[in-house]
Amino acid sequence: MINKIVTSMAQAVAGIKDGDTVMVGGFGNSGIPYQLVAALHQLQVRDLVIISNNAGVREEGISALLRDRMVRKLICSYPRSAGSIWFERLYEEKAIELELLPQGTLSERMRAGGAGIGGFFTRAGFGTALAEGKETRIIDGQGYVLENALKADVALIKAERGDRWGNLTYNTAGRNFNPVMATAATLTLVEVDFIVDLGDLDPESIVTPGIFVDRLIQTTADNL
Amino acid sequence: MKLLKIEDIARRLAQDIPDGAYVNLGIGMPTMVANYVSPDREVVYHSENGILGVGPAPAPGQENSYLINASKQSVTLLQGGSYFDNAQSFGMMRGGHIDIAVLGAYQVSAAGDLANWSTDQEHFPPAVGGAMDLAVGAKQVFVLMRHTMTNQAPKILPTCNYPLTGAGVVTRIYTDLAVIHVTERGLQVHELHPGNSFAEVQALTGATLLPPL
Repeated sequence: MINKIVTSMAQAVAGIKDGDTVMVGGFGNSGIPYQLVAALHQLQVRDLVIISNNAGVREEGISALLRDRMVRKLICSYPRSAGSIWFERLYEEKAIELELLPQGTLSERMRAGGAGIGGFFTRAGFGTALAEGKETRIIDGQGYVLENALKADVALIKAERGDRWGNLTYNTAGRNFNPVMATAATLTLVEVDFIVDLGDLDPESIVTPGIFVDRLIQTTADNL
Repeated sequence: MKLLKIEDIARRLAQDIPDGAYVNLGIGMPTMVANYVSPDREVVYHSENGILGVGPAPAPGQENSYLINASKQSVTLLQGGSYFDNAQSFGMMRGGHIDIAVLGAYQVSAAGDLANWSTDQEHFPPAVGGAMDLAVGAKQVFVLMRHTMTNQAPKILPTCNYPLTGAGVVTRIYTDLAVIHVTERGLQVHELHPGNSFAEVQALTGATLLPPL
């Protein structure tokens, strides 16, 4: 029998280690797996590479990982939201490496990673500072930049509903990077608001099929 | 010389958004354009995080914290709207499915180069978001900005000196002085706002302008 549901946050994040590359879903404060990130924080691992669209704000989410110097490198498109105080401080101290990517390049590199594509050419960034050092090519008269696939050891995902096979649906724009990241990691860990019985999710509405999911845990009520 | 208020630039730009258009409004001033598109036009707004059919802000107490736009403000979804993941959202942009992107800018060049993501400050982290994908992907890029910096230094220049977002991507520039089209012949003044002469506008522009036809 397949049962990907775990019942403690410690079980959910077991096995994440120093130096791991970790994708964290979310856009702004929408669709962030806050409780999984908090559980990762408690592991007090070091030298993480975090892949996320934003850098967290105040003491929340990955901002706490940054504050406690658990992150060696951030791969990101928009690390400068209002309140991204810990990223700004580490950046000024040169205590963190930043790989800045156009947002669509960030998500497409993960899509490629999850789909067995080695890389792709995109027009985004051609002729700009973000293409420096990257291979370029002219295709049909347009300039393109080669971008390689991006994979991770672990992905932390937030979904709304999931079943014991790991099938997932999302809440509105909380979808954002989550379904893409779910495909691109060796170990995909999901925090859901509701666990439902197998068969309860409409197969036509499942956004992430369970094949991409390794562990599933229900968000505890105080953080819903 | 007479400067249009920002709301009036947005109002002027909104007149050029046709019925049925798929439109992405950049963060900041461009979001105001939605307030002025005539209600008899059905326009579908795209938000980069993964929404088509973005509606107005919800009534107080009706917010869904998951349902936000690219500026991280609470929004609603219109009937017919849809959600999708970020990779598909940016595929829509790069694939040329978005008709118009309305973006702010630090600088625009005579060739339509756009600089709107970085002022190249050391020690201050850069952030790009979706600007580069939108710049190359949208069928048309309308820039909405003040014509000059506060100190009257020009923002429309022979070449940009801030880092580029995209080269040759801007199709129209809407400022507080004029509407300018980027053409193969150069920067064509399409319209001078009332109270401004061509010579006055040219004097506040770094690049050479072509007078209204």
